[in-house]
Amino acid sequence: MIATVDPLYAHGVTLAVLLIVLIKVVVAFALLLNAVIVMIWFERKAISDMQSRIGPQRWGPFGLLQTMADGLKLMLKEDLIPAEADRFVFKLAPFLALIPGFITFAIVPVGGTLTIAGHPVLLQVANPPMGILLMLAMSGISVYGVMLAGWSSGSKYPLLSSVRASAQMISYEASLGLAVVMVVLVTGSLSTHDIVTAQANGIWHWNVIRLGVIPFVIFLISITAELNRPPFDVVEAESELVGGFHTEYSSFRFAIFYLAEFMNTITMSAIMVTLFFGGPAGWVPNVPHLRWVFPILWFFVKTVVFAFSYVWFRAALPRFRYDQLMDLGWKKLIPLSLGWLIVVAGFLIAPAWGFAMGAVVLLAWTMLTRAFEIGTTRERGAEAVLPVIGARPLPPEVLREITDEGNV
Amino acid sequence: MIATAYSLGAVAVFVTSAVLIIVGALGVIAVKNPVHAAMSLIMTLFGVAVAFVAQSADFLAAVQIIVYAGAIVVLFLFVIMFLGVDRREGVRVEPLVGQRPLAATGVGIVVLGLVALMARSHWVTGAMSVSTKGAPLATGSGNVSQLGTAVFTTYLYAFEATAALLVIAVVGAIVLARREHSLDEESA
Repeated sequence: MIATVDPLYAHGVTLAVLLIVLIKVVVAFALLLNAVIVMIWFERKAISDMQSRIGPQRWGPFGLLQTMADGLKLMLKEDLIPAEADRFVFKLAPFLALIPGFITFAIVPVGGTLTIAGHPVLLQVANPPMGILLMLAMSGISVYGVMLAGWSSGSKYPLLSSVRASAQMISYEASLGLAVVMVVLVTGSLSTHDIVTAQANGIWHWNVIRLGVIPFVIFLISITAELNRPPFDVVEAESELVGGFHTEYSSFRFAIFYLAEFMNTITMSAIMVTLFFGGPAGWVPNVPHLRWVFPILWFFVKTVVFAFSYVWFRAALPRFRYDQLMDLGWKKLIPLSLGWLIVVAGFLIAPAWGFAMGAVVLLAWTMLTRAFEIGTTRERGAEAVLPVIGARPLPPEVLREITDEGNV
Repeated sequence: MIATAYSLGAVAVFVTSAVLIIVGALGVIAVKNPVHAAMSLIMTLFGVAVAFVAQSADFLAAVQIIVYAGAIVVLFLFVIMFLGVDRREGVRVEPLVGQRPLAATGVGIVVLGLVALMARSHWVTGAMSVSTKGAPLATGSGNVSQLGTAVFTTYLYAFEATAALLVIAVVGAIVLARREHSLDEESA
């Protein structure tokens, strides 16, 4: 069943194969946890540089051990459970937020293929036939961590936050999925290994260029919204919702949420590299015995670039308002990704079809824009304002002027 | 009962998924708190996904999680939280007279029918695919394209009809839910 996908299982599952899988799992786990520690430090340092501050500096060289100190502090704090809380769900929710990040990382190809003791080993924990769909499934599951944490706290603001989270994450999942579909369409396979090998022959084969940048932009925006990272962090908007869904969490459970957020950031950076930037693809110098190191280095460098871009977003962009966020998702990203998907499909058949589909999409886009315009005018037109203003002596001309109806 | 054709691993996977499905399903009806019931439902859906993987229907397994666990149950929870029905409901009250005996009879008939179907033929198990005219499903990533070909050729009309139905449902929901602020209220 698995044999057709992973060459490691081609000759049956022996003890050596089992051992290799175990080592892969442990290494990936340790790698990810350490990456989170470095990522938290990196984010705090980079943000403070951008804000002309110094940032963490007390523990270790350049404050590198600050995260360890914070983690230790959180573990030693008192663990509170609110009286109104649903105890079981309250304890379960942090883990629901954490686990999807781990599982998603399992399908990311970190490097090429190694041969260990005669066994070909893919440098990724698993290469299931459902491939990239696993990432979509896990991003669907990660909603529950936030949602149930907010609900089970038995408190107002976390509940509001979890309602926001569920609506936001469901909305952006659609455009996220469509961006992934475009990648799958040009690759012709769901498996992450195939997606990466299809991009291996130079920079012009990377999906970001092959698909014309737009899918990458859609994916980047959607994944930022899925992660609830700034500028889409309305879920934990501290000026409106105290601390958001984890207001009532303290001690180690809070640490798990913190860990989960950063782990998801790293995993999604890695997924983005895999889908659009060739994963471990890159220039490999002819060094004997060490050729396998360079793909891993390339992968690492690319992932760090995206991790940095998240930090940059956080420093540079103000938070979206909730309705703006929904408008962006439903009225812009979903139609755009659907249209681009049709164009990509057209070009895969023949250039003529591609241009025809492009024309169709342009027409549809114009009609959609017009429809949104009419809808907005109807909502904000003179008649919408009349019942609110009621019997006040405002002449109709003034009304028309303040509601922009005359301009349309 | 278990035929020799099944390996120990396959049986273990089946038993695990069956336990997940049944415990989850019982939880949905037995648990009093609606949010806990929704979580039991997620467990059932995961069990079904495991069963799909065991049948090498990987695409269906993924879609099961993405669509049902990732979207539909989230919307259930959304509604539960929004309407604030996350309190214990009085289950002793019977709003419709005779509802329970009728429901029990209906469930009995459906279960008996399913058992009869399974006893008489084996298409329920999905061992043979209709689209491949009796040939076994391809394993690995091959059966995704098999499924896609079947959906977009053999079952195209059914597929398009479902799509149209869903679009109509969405439009209908918006028409019902949307409140017009403009001319309608004044003329009414």
